[in-house]
Amino acid sequence: MTDYVSTLSIDIGLIGPELALLIAAAVILLLIFTRKADRFATAIGLIGLVVSMVLTVRQWDVKVGGFSGMVTVDQFAVLFKLLFAVASGLTLLLAERYFHAKHIARPEFTALLLVSTMGMMVMAGTTDLIVIFLGLEIMSVPLYVMAGFNRRSLESNESGIKYFIMGAFATGFLLMGIALIYGASETTDLRRIVTDFSYIATNAKLFLFTGAALMMVGFGFKVGAVPFHSWIPDVYQGAPTPVTAFFSVAPKAAGFAALLRIFAYGLKDLGALSDVWWILAVLTMTVGNILALRQENVKRMLAYSSIAHAGYMLVALAVGGADAASAVIFYLIGYTLFNLGGFTVVALLETRAGSRADFSEMAGLSKAHPYLTATLALFMFSLSGFPPTVGFFGKFYLFSAAVKGGFIWLTVIGVMNSFVSVYYYLRVVKVSYFDQIEGRFVPAPLSAGVLFVLIVTAVGTLGFGLFPDNVLEIARRAIQAFA
Amino acid sequence: MTIDAVIFVISAVVAIFGAAMMIAQRNPVASVLYLILSLIAQAVIYVQLGALFVGIMLVIVYAGAIMVLFLFVIMLLNLRGSEELGKPSGRVSRFTKYVITLLFFVELIFVIRGVALPPAPELVTNQPDAFGSVKAVSMLLFTKYLYPFQLTGVLMLIAVVGAVVIARREHPGELPDDTAAESTLAETPKEGTKA
Amino acid sequence: MLEMIVASSIKVIIVMLAVLTGCAYATYMERKVVAFMQHRIGPSYAGPYGLLQPIADAIKMAFKEDVVPDKVERITYALAPIASFVPSLLVFAVVPFSADFTLVGRQVTGVISDLNIGILFVFAITSLGVYGIVLAGWSSGSKYSLMGGIRSSAQMISYEISYGLSIVGVILIANTLSLRQLVEQQDTILHWYIWKQPLGFLLYLTCAIAETNRLPFDLPEAESELVGGYHTEYSSFRFAMFFIGEYANMIAVSCVGTTLFFGGWQGPFLPAGLSVIWFVIKVFCFMFFYIWLRATFPRFRYDQLMNFGWKVLFPLAVVNLLVTGLIVLW
Repeated sequence: MTDYVSTLSIDIGLIGPELALLIAAAVILLLIFTRKADRFATAIGLIGLVVSMVLTVRQWDVKVGGFSGMVTVDQFAVLFKLLFAVASGLTLLLAERYFHAKHIARPEFTALLLVSTMGMMVMAGTTDLIVIFLGLEIMSVPLYVMAGFNRRSLESNESGIKYFIMGAFATGFLLMGIALIYGASETTDLRRIVTDFSYIATNAKLFLFTGAALMMVGFGFKVGAVPFHSWIPDVYQGAPTPVTAFFSVAPKAAGFAALLRIFAYGLKDLGALSDVWWILAVLTMTVGNILALRQENVKRMLAYSSIAHAGYMLVALAVGGADAASAVIFYLIGYTLFNLGGFTVVALLETRAGSRADFSEMAGLSKAHPYLTATLALFMFSLSGFPPTVGFFGKFYLFSAAVKGGFIWLTVIGVMNSFVSVYYYLRVVKVSYFDQIEGRFVPAPLSAGVLFVLIVTAVGTLGFGLFPDNVLEIARRAIQAFA
Repeated sequence: MTIDAVIFVISAVVAIFGAAMMIAQRNPVASVLYLILSLIAQAVIYVQLGALFVGIMLVIVYAGAIMVLFLFVIMLLNLRGSEELGKPSGRVSRFTKYVITLLFFVELIFVIRGVALPPAPELVTNQPDAFGSVKAVSMLLFTKYLYPFQLTGVLMLIAVVGAVVIARREHPGELPDDTAAESTLAETPKEGTKA
Repeated sequence: MLEMIVASSIKVIIVMLAVLTGCAYATYMERKVVAFMQHRIGPSYAGPYGLLQPIADAIKMAFKEDVVPDKVERITYALAPIASFVPSLLVFAVVPFSADFTLVGRQVTGVISDLNIGILFVFAITSLGVYGIVLAGWSSGSKYSLMGGIRSSAQMISYEISYGLSIVGVILIANTLSLRQLVEQQDTILHWYIWKQPLGFLLYLTCAIAETNRLPFDLPEAESELVGGYHTEYSSFRFAMFFIGEYANMIAVSCVGTTLFFGGWQGPFLPAGLSVIWFVIKVFCFMFFYIWLRATFPRFRYDQLMNFGWKVLFPLAVVNLLVTGLIVLW
């Protein structure tokens, strides 16, 4: 306890991506009083995101720490930051059209989205538990508000409040876990935990276990693992659809970034946690898939499907090792694209007055929007894991890593689950192509922004599916950065 | 027992008692009061450990500011008794809750007893540079923990913005939500025309 | 150890007695001064110049019937006066009353407990003071009380921020949080912090009035609208506790103000053992100023109060802090 006088190190360059987002958000908040704020808010937000992405990419070959070890820039962080920025940018483009259609457009939304993204970047770009926690909170607080952004809709209010209460509850577990880990190891820095692991483990192994278990609960809530999933359907259904799209990809990716840092790096030598992850993964994918079968609302179905996907990704944590970790990063990249794409179509259909995004509403879609339906089908195929989409390769890499690691049964259960999921994903395709509609389908007008989102996600889903090796190679390098 | 030990035991018991009663109460005002009691007892423990600044901050920020806001909200909502809070949970669910909590508590006891803690360092209190003094805490806060410290600022800012977004008055340009509007998802074919 | 405990106990008893007597005679002073300003005589029957009036009042209070209304929340209702009374007295634990002096061969410090974070302690205690009022308002089961309680909590939360910030300027310059060291730094009149922190002092003065719920900020107990505000339903000794608590608070903020801005017990001519006299004189001036304000100003309207707190005092306090910080940095 004598090291409290340490040197001050300020490395602004390292937090450039985060700062760009924060500044953009601040500019929007400062300009909010002007009448047309919501017009240029999106533009400023996009500029901030692009600047942030450029700054992130320039950090690709950097591997340094700064701010007294609180900030870590490595390829892992860079990759995740890019992923968050892309998800955020696509959401922004999607949201503009949707929010105007629902008459709830407000410039604050862009600021909240940017700051939330910044929180995720903070989470990915550190090895310190305190900073991970703060990043998580900076990410979550705007999300609570965004979930309840449609203040006139009771469902949106419910969504916001539910998410807030459950999120705060989960945070409590996470903090308690961090406190116990600190108690066991006298540090919050994962790198020091790794270097001193044998010493800590002999002294306070139980302590570490309990802390790790509590952190599992906390992050389990955030990524939506069963049995901590009960908030997901209501929150996803109630929130404005672009927000739901964002929820289903970005916080999940951030949660996995933190999980990988903590469990695949910091506590990788703890052992015996693998069984717990095994059970969590099986529960999560099975429960998610089975409940998704019964849904009549597309948003709700996609909510359960996102639980199932979290289950597949948890396989990687059960397996452990660099192969599984890079596979889950690949999976996350693909999942972000096709899940966002799927939600984009739903959001577009929901801009039609009176829509609630039920399955029955999709009837007749193919006649009114043939190309849109084709894209939707592509996303659904990818979600269920058909080749040659990226969804197939995500599962392929993940399960082959599991087989290599000796987790045969886990793989079998995972593959069986995939088959189950085909039913409800293809139901969307079936309804939109073959079901009859009484009367004529009211078309949903496309905007340039939405079109852009659809093109990016569709091209990504297909392109990464055709050339998966390059992406996997990048994911490998990201993992090598710390593992 | 030394005086220190006596003070510690008293404040620890009070802190735990307050925390337990806070959960057990069905009257929200009583809950808040027990929480304040628990917080003040915790502050005493901090002070005993030499962390004067943290202890005082606990009182100023939590007991003094946050809890007043809680009370304020409870008073405005005028929650008085249990009736507004819904029915108490069923016997089975209550039983499970207690069992799980108890298990976790026992586990924590074992965990903490199983740890070989290093001997406590000698405490030097009431000196400007001592551990836990304002100077020491702020030295850490503005050097090693500068980044997290600044991040908390961002967190506060966005929380305020979020609260304003949720609670603000209706914007004049905001139109009523159209979810209640009549469903026009499919146009019915007009009579006499071919669909 | 034992000696320290005995010495502290004696000091506590002396300070308690002094403060309580001070409170009693503050009421007398208030009535006399206001009377003087309004061309009246004020209390004059009990004793010479009405000097025994406070004692008569106290006896009257103590012997009145303690009426507890039917609809109150019993426990909180009983707790509230105590929760209001105790914090107001606790502040005096860290206030340095006089210089160190020797008494019959023993070194005596002029403060009960010289905490190195004395100012923060004052804040902590002040921030607890609001509970008494809030709880009284809530537990009385009367709309006047509830309105008073809500008003007071909103008011105290709003003004506490500026109150805190107004002092930070002094702390920045003095580079200490110990009240005793603060006083020692202000050894001559030219070194009083009021000259370096004039804006800070004005802010402190204003916020302190608001914190103690005195006119023109006495919205929580605005007689014309709320009957008696949060203590409408209290009588007898419980009421007296609120009453004493309010005056003790007044004395406390005067003491802290004296310590921070006017050099505490520092003053010429008097030996260390009698330096407390300077302190009392300065506190007396503060108290006189409060009463003067009461006699002069009308009450704020509630929205004016909030606007003033958030849109005037708070920005000023921030500006003061920034400017002071920049100057200190130079």
